[in-house]
Amino acid sequence: MAQYAIFLFDTETAGDPTPEEMQAHQRHADELVESGAMVAAFALDSTATATTLRGDVVSDGPFIDAKEVVAGFYVVEAPDLDAALELAGRNPIVQSGHGGVEVRPVVGSIAPSTR
Amino acid sequence: MTDAEDAEAADVARAADVPQDTDVAQAADVAQAVADAHRSDWAYVLAATVRVAQDLDLAEECVQEAYAAALSTWARDGIPGKPAAWLTTTAKRRAMDAIRRERTLRSKLPLLVEPEGDAEQEYQREEREDDEDPEATVPDERLRLIFTCCHPALAQEAQLALTLRLVCGLSTPDTARMLLVSESTMAARITRAKKKISGARIPFRVPREAELPDRLNAVLGVVNLLFTAGHTAPSGPDLMRTELTDRALHLARTLRDLMPDEPEVRGLLALLLVTDARRATRTDADGRLLRLEEQDRSLWDREALAEAHELIVAGLRGGRAGRYLLQAAIAALYAQAPTYEDTDWDQLVVLYDRLLIVWPSPTVALNRTVPLSMAHGPEVALDAVAELEKDQRLSRYPYLPAIKADLLRRLGRDAEATTAYRQALELTENEAERAFLAGRAGETAPPVR
Repeated sequence: MAQYAIFLFDTETAGDPTPEEMQAHQRHADELVESGAMVAAFALDSTATATTLRGDVVSDGPFIDAKEVVAGFYVVEAPDLDAALELAGRNPIVQSGHGGVEVRPVVGSIAPSTR
Repeated sequence: MTDAEDAEAADVARAADVPQDTDVAQAADVAQAVADAHRSDWAYVLAATVRVAQDLDLAEECVQEAYAAALSTWARDGIPGKPAAWLTTTAKRRAMDAIRRERTLRSKLPLLVEPEGDAEQEYQREEREDDEDPEATVPDERLRLIFTCCHPALAQEAQLALTLRLVCGLSTPDTARMLLVSESTMAARITRAKKKISGARIPFRVPREAELPDRLNAVLGVVNLLFTAGHTAPSGPDLMRTELTDRALHLARTLRDLMPDEPEVRGLLALLLVTDARRATRTDADGRLLRLEEQDRSLWDREALAEAHELIVAGLRGGRAGRYLLQAAIAALYAQAPTYEDTDWDQLVVLYDRLLIVWPSPTVALNRTVPLSMAHGPEVALDAVAELEKDQRLSRYPYLPAIKADLLRRLGRDAEATTAYRQALELTENEAERAFLAGRAGETAPPVR
């Protein structure tokens, strides 16, 4: 088994998800947890709340100024890329007409401290 | 050669059914046999070896060594009855030896993803199968190799490169030359693609039923693109580069042998056959481009056209026709007519309409205007071209102004035709095509005083 990180990209102007969209995402996440594929998942606040550091300079906003921004990411277990793409393709954002996902293999991880 | 190597060669010879009592083969015959086996069996030998090596680089290395060993061993012991089996057994053995030697080292590297077991199990299983039935052929793994090279997670330029390199067995310099990039660019491209295959764990297998139509389309697209790149070389002095079209045809035939029931596989082979059948007549002795109506139809390859015709008829009978089959049917209809004027233009328009349904491409719509102009007159076709000029996707497409120019010329609107020919010239890089367009622009332009 290998691990893949799946990054959700969405257009900045897409606005807050509708209740239906939220439900679809929740259902999808539940499925991944139930199947045992989900390792961890994080949803992120909007880029308006982001702060960037470059050297000594602190600035407002995301690191890369782009139309599409990372809205969240999660890590799944999958035997190979085809299986990972199949899981990623079930994410509601892929068929939403705005945004999509990027799938990247995980090459290493550090477990959280248990203290 | 050491005793151990000798024993191995004898072993391999038995496995591959070598006639032990034949005289030592002539060096020239051996070289020819190895070259033939390289051309026809490379993909087969490599794909089978990948199953054991579980690593593309190691597999390639072992297969190269097996071909090198064949030169000396076959010269001494005779050419085996089944060269592909001899090469496969030799390459797999070398791969297994390497793995046993470097087991600890390899355990840290990402290996090709294989659903079934590890290398040792795979090797033992195949060895048993070989022992049980010496006549049994090694299971054909070429499809796995082809689908891995054309995986959609790889960029198309990487798919083309990997297919030439791994499926056709071309060297990096040859691959670079055929795809018109520098050797260093090609080497980097192949290394990057292989790294993606192992790093992202692109599996070495034929896609599942549900994915198959899309994935097969990608494979057919690669073969078609290789053919097209050879058929009208995008730049340079010659219109065609036949080594590339020959490779593409060979790939299409291989696919037809491996997936005989896929209608689009038959369709692609038919399309390439019809297109290639006209190879000899596309340019004159000076390399000047000849239009379809100027070509000597008696020089077309009738055998290839007949083979394509059979594929097309069988395909069209089998229900809903796909993109390649319809393209083949269109090309075949052009080729069947005794003369250009006698082409069945109405039927061509019908076929183009069907093609547009399964493949709504602006270039198809543009090509449709040619039979349309013959069936319903240049005026009607010119209206259709004017409509297509609004499509941004065709704004840099040289054949649009070229077709428009021809329609204007036929309508006697010479000044507008000259402008359109010049537009087409600006967008065309192939020198044979440029020469043709320049000639036409000269004919329609007013004489210089």
